[in-house]
Amino acid sequence: MGKAMTMSKAEIIAEPGIPQIIMSREFAAPRELLFRAYTETELLKQWLGPRRLTMIVDEYDVRDGGRWRYIHRDTDGAEYGFHGVFHGTPSLEDGIVQTFEFEGMPGHVELGTVTFEQRGDKTIVRSNEVYQSVEDRDAAMESGMEGGVHEGNERLDELLARMRQ
Amino acid sequence: MPTDQLTPVFSALADPTRRAILARLMDGEANVNELSAPFAMSQPAISRHLKVLEQAGLISRSRRATARLSHLEAQPLREATAWLVRYREYWDESFERLDSLLANLQDDPAG
Repeated sequence: MGKAMTMSKAEIIAEPGIPQIIMSREFAAPRELLFRAYTETELLKQWLGPRRLTMIVDEYDVRDGGRWRYIHRDTDGAEYGFHGVFHGTPSLEDGIVQTFEFEGMPGHVELGTVTFEQRGDKTIVRSNEVYQSVEDRDAAMESGMEGGVHEGNERLDELLARMRQ
Repeated sequence: MPTDQLTPVFSALADPTRRAILARLMDGEANVNELSAPFAMSQPAISRHLKVLEQAGLISRSRRATARLSHLEAQPLREATAWLVRYREYWDESFERLDSLLANLQDDPAG
């Protein structure tokens, strides 16, 4: 709302009954910069997650078998930890393949692939997330975000809850 | 849940006035006069919001005598489940921050 420039919206495909989320988003930057923003800790923590969450990067070892862990801390001090491992060496050509586990739901692991396609002076970032079950997929966001839902979404949740009755 | 179907639903739900209109319609159908009453907004402005909601399939409109009544359509909202709304919100906000960061990096490549 009232943004200085026109922002493109992410395309999100989440089919019912299939434990996967496919997302794509266009950025006005060369893919080398996108790759840096995804792999350099100092850059990553400047954009990943909503503004109300502070991101603390515990480790981010961007290489085959390298471990990563970060924490989202909300304004009430509640912390949401996430960790996983990189599979294969992240690169511009092959993208980034990593496992992802929310520490509030141990043992439920998602496999994510992010690729960077240069198209003229823009880059299309594609993300493919595969979960162990549909329940895991749907629960990942619910549990990971419950600490600080926007007012607008609280109202929407109330609306949805009333509609389910 | 095909994206094509959900994109207009999420766009329609992104606006607080439109969410308030939907909440009002949960209590029953209403005409534009009744719908604009709680807002410091003209009827044409409310009509534009109703058009967005109608195009997203969230409401339908019918005529009774001279009044045009809006009704809530429940199905698209049921499909736009809470988790997906949060997922979209998380990534849309992250990506907007990334847009700004990329713009800064291109002004100052040293970052």
